Formats: sequence, C-alpha cells, structure tokens
Amino acid sequence: MSDAVLEPKRTAEAPAQAQRPVPFRGGGFKPVERGGIGLIVFIVLIGLAEMGTRQGWISPLTLPRPSDVFWTLVEFYQTGQLVLNILPSLTRLAVGAAIGAGTGIAIGLMIGLFSYVRAGLVPLVAAIFPIPKIALLPLFVIWFGIDEGSKYALIAFGTFTPTVVATYGAVDNVDRTLIRMGQSFGLSWMSIVRKIVLPGAMPGILSGLRISLAIAIILLVAAEMLGAEYGIGAYILQAGSLYDLDRLFAGVLILSVLGVLMNSAVGWIERRVLAWRV
Amino acid sequence: MHIRLDGVGHQYGAVEVLQDITLEIPSGQITCIVGPSGCGKSTLLRFMGGLEQPTSGSVTEVGAPPDDCLNAFTYIFQDFALLPWRTVAGNISLVLEDHGLGQSAVTKTIADVLARTSLSDFKDALPKQLSGGMKQRVAIARALAVNPAVLLMDEPLSALDAQTRELLMDDLVTLWTRAPFTAVYVTHNLQEAVRLGHQIVVLSRRPGRIHEIVEIDAPLPGRSLSDPVLQKQHDHLWQLMRDEARAADAELVHV
Repeated sequence: MSDAVLEPKRTAEAPAQAQRPVPFRGGGFKPVERGGIGLIVFIVLIGLAEMGTRQGWISPLTLPRPSDVFWTLVEFYQTGQLVLNILPSLTRLAVGAAIGAGTGIAIGLMIGLFSYVRAGLVPLVAAIFPIPKIALLPLFVIWFGIDEGSKYALIAFGTFTPTVVATYGAVDNVDRTLIRMGQSFGLSWMSIVRKIVLPGAMPGILSGLRISLAIAIILLVAAEMLGAEYGIGAYILQAGSLYDLDRLFAGVLILSVLGVLMNSAVGWIERRVLAWRV
Repeated sequence: MHIRLDGVGHQYGAVEVLQDITLEIPSGQITCIVGPSGCGKSTLLRFMGGLEQPTSGSVTEVGAPPDDCLNAFTYIFQDFALLPWRTVAGNISLVLEDHGLGQSAVTKTIADVLARTSLSDFKDALPKQLSGGMKQRVAIARALAVNPAVLLMDEPLSALDAQTRELLMDDLVTLWTRAPFTAVYVTHNLQEAVRLGHQIVVLSRRPGRIHEIVEIDAPLPGRSLSDPVLQKQHDHLWQLMRDEARAADAELVHV
C-alpha cells in the first residue's frame, strides 16, 4: 500500500534529475583468454620474412627464406638425417636431465628437511649456481671422457642447481599447519614426508622442472660442441661454422619445437598431478 | 581418562603468556576455555596435546586411554588442516594408515565416521569442492576415526559464518549425546561456550590466569540462548570478560 503512495511521487520527481547508468570501472588487470593471437603473430612474422626475402628487401645473408628452411627440414627428414641426429640428442637430454633433476630433487628435499644439510649445502649451491656450466666442458671431458659421459654430466650439472633451489624453496613453502596436523595425529616421520611434504612441494618442484628442462636444451648445444658426430646441437654448430643459414635455422627450429613439447609435457603432468589445486 | 594441569606457566622470551594454571579436565565432559585474544588459550591447548611444552608446571594424563584408541589427544583445528590433494575419504584414511589396521578395517572405520557426520555422499569429493562447514565436518570425522580419549578443539567454528556455526554446534551436541566424549574447546565466542560447555574456564588477559570457572548444569541437548538461566550465565561471562577484553584490545603486541 505504501508502495502505491510512493510510486507516483518518484516518477513525478524523476524527469527533473539527469539519469545515467553507473559507469563501469572494475575489471582490474585480469588477463583475458585470446585464442589464436599467438598463432597470428607467428604467421605474420614468418610471412613478412618470406615476403622480404622474395622481394629482395631482406638480403639472403641476413635471414634465410622461411620456405627454404622448411624444404631443408623436409630434406633433412627424407634423407633419414633427422632421426640419425635427433635420437642421440634426445638420449643425452633424457639421461642428463633425469640425473640432474633426480639428484636435484633428492638434495633439495634433504636441504628442506634437515637443518645440517641446509647449513652445509645452501652456500655450496649458491656458489655453483652462477658458474656458466659451458665453461666447465673441458673439465668434464677430462673427468668423464670425450664420449657421452661429459655430455650427460654437463646437462645434469646444469639442470641440478635450479632444481635444488626450486625444490627446497617448495619444501619451505609447504603449509606448516598441515605438518602440525600430521604430528598431532602421531604420523611417522616418513609418512609426514611422503604424504604431506612431498605432495605439498609438488607445485614448486614442477615449476622448477620447467626451467631446468629449458636449461637442459640450451646446454645440449654446448654439450655437442666437443666430440659429437651426430646430434641437433652438432648439426647447428656445423651449419653455423659454414654459414649455412638454412640448416642453422632448421636446427634451431627443431630445438624450439623440442622446448614447446617439453613445456606442454610438464603442463600435462601438472594438470594430472595437481588437479587438487584451487 | 582425563587431563590434569598443575601450576602451568609459559613464557615466550621475556613475554609471560600463561601463569599458574591449575585445572582438571573431567572425563566425558566438554570444558570450554574462553578469554580475550592473546591470553594464551590456544597455547594452553597445545600443551594438553603435547604440541608444545610449558616452561613451568606439569601436564599429566590420568588413567589409560580406551583400548581401541589410536591417538589419545586429537586436535580439531580452526583452519581445518585438510590435505587438499586427498579426497574426503583419503583425508580420513591418512590418520589410519600408520597403524597397520588392514584395508577392510580402514574402509569400515571411514564409512562409519562419514555416516556419523552425515558425509557419506561426499566421500570422493576434494576439499576445494566443499564449503567451510563441510570441511570442518570432515575434520571432525577424521578426529572421530582415531577414537580419541580427549578431543582438543582450537576455535573450530571461528572460520565459519554464523549460520554454519549454529548447524555445526547442533552436530557436536548430537555427537556428544550419542556417545559422550571428553573435550577441551577453546573459543572467544561466549555463545559457543554457553551452548557446549559443562565447565567454562575464563582466562584473564595476558599473562593468562584462571579468572573464574563457571559450571553449567543444564543438559546439552536442550540448551538454547532463549533460556533465561543460560542468558544470565552468558551475561555473567561477558561481565567477567568485558574489561579484560577492552584492556587486551588496547595492548601493544610484542611478538
């Protein structure tokens, strides 16, 4: 009833005052999904390079023609050279990264769990982290031989330090209240580590793994500088010393694709293992 | 089985947080500890379960826990402390796995406690899918699974909204009525204390001392705040706490 009384009054007053919707100013800086843009950037850049090299405003010495690089790749595959070169590289990556990341996670966990290990090893890790591992290649050749040993060692050493740092950081970040809960229920030390600390540290360990694997690919080329007959790195270095830009770019492209594949592999593992994350 | 505290006092560095607490936690009853913030009530609870040690005085367990008890002093935390990577059933199984019970016994216990807390339908849900009230129910189920001699509850309802708090208080009352348990319930909420406590221990502000112990005789199931006797007791507790709370509020924190 009171509504009926109020209603005419409001409408009567309304025209006198200007009305407009409250302007929207929220939204923040939230990233918005824009599918396909990444692909368009690639296509436009490659298209420009192709056009430039065909029309001559990019000299073939500056940049190889993208289509030439593509045909080099096709030829590389058809002659069987691709498989011949990529298999040793993948083995080196797999063995080296497995050793490096494996020991890195183990040492990182020890640092996170034991104060003595932390006090002893954190300064050491900080000391070896900034060493350019490539500089140590001659040393590794002397220690592990010119064959596969030195290549595994270089990649392993390069992936080791970032994995250690990521792992003990991740262990430090495990929710303390969960550990206290485990202790209050009388869980054994081993159970707390296996069922609370390790899964809790997994997000940090996996994001460390992303970085480590990228470093492993970078070091692959360096590892194949000495005494490698086959391998993508060796192929790139050979092409580079001959200024064969087509083959150089073909090799680099393969490494890029390898990086993307590894990254999406880690992403796939994350989606499966870390489905519990909010 | 019950707990006896004798002259318990505690200091963090130069700051004295608790002073000369002598208290009996009677078996089969709920003891509420109330006090202004920073009076050391949560610290006191950690002493009772052995998560921390007092600088003076002693905490003694009197009598033996029941035979099928897996973890005599069992906590329920304010922030639930559920493992986010385990399902509801997995979180409960976590506290049973170390006891070598065998798969069938574990499954049976889980089904039993989930039924008692009416969570059976949420067995396979992850904590992120549950509301705050549901999460605390899971934590309660987990605590019941180990068949505790004493339940130690550290502000278990403080992270929940008022309606959920009401519902969970009803649940606790039902659980207690069906099978009376010994519990120490720390809270700053006087309504919770009056609703759930058989004895209410009022602590003073820091350093926490026992200000008064109030006994409430009314049976748990029928309690409601519209009852004038309980309302009077609530008001009495508030009178006791009011000045302490105001003084505690105005203090600087030295941490």
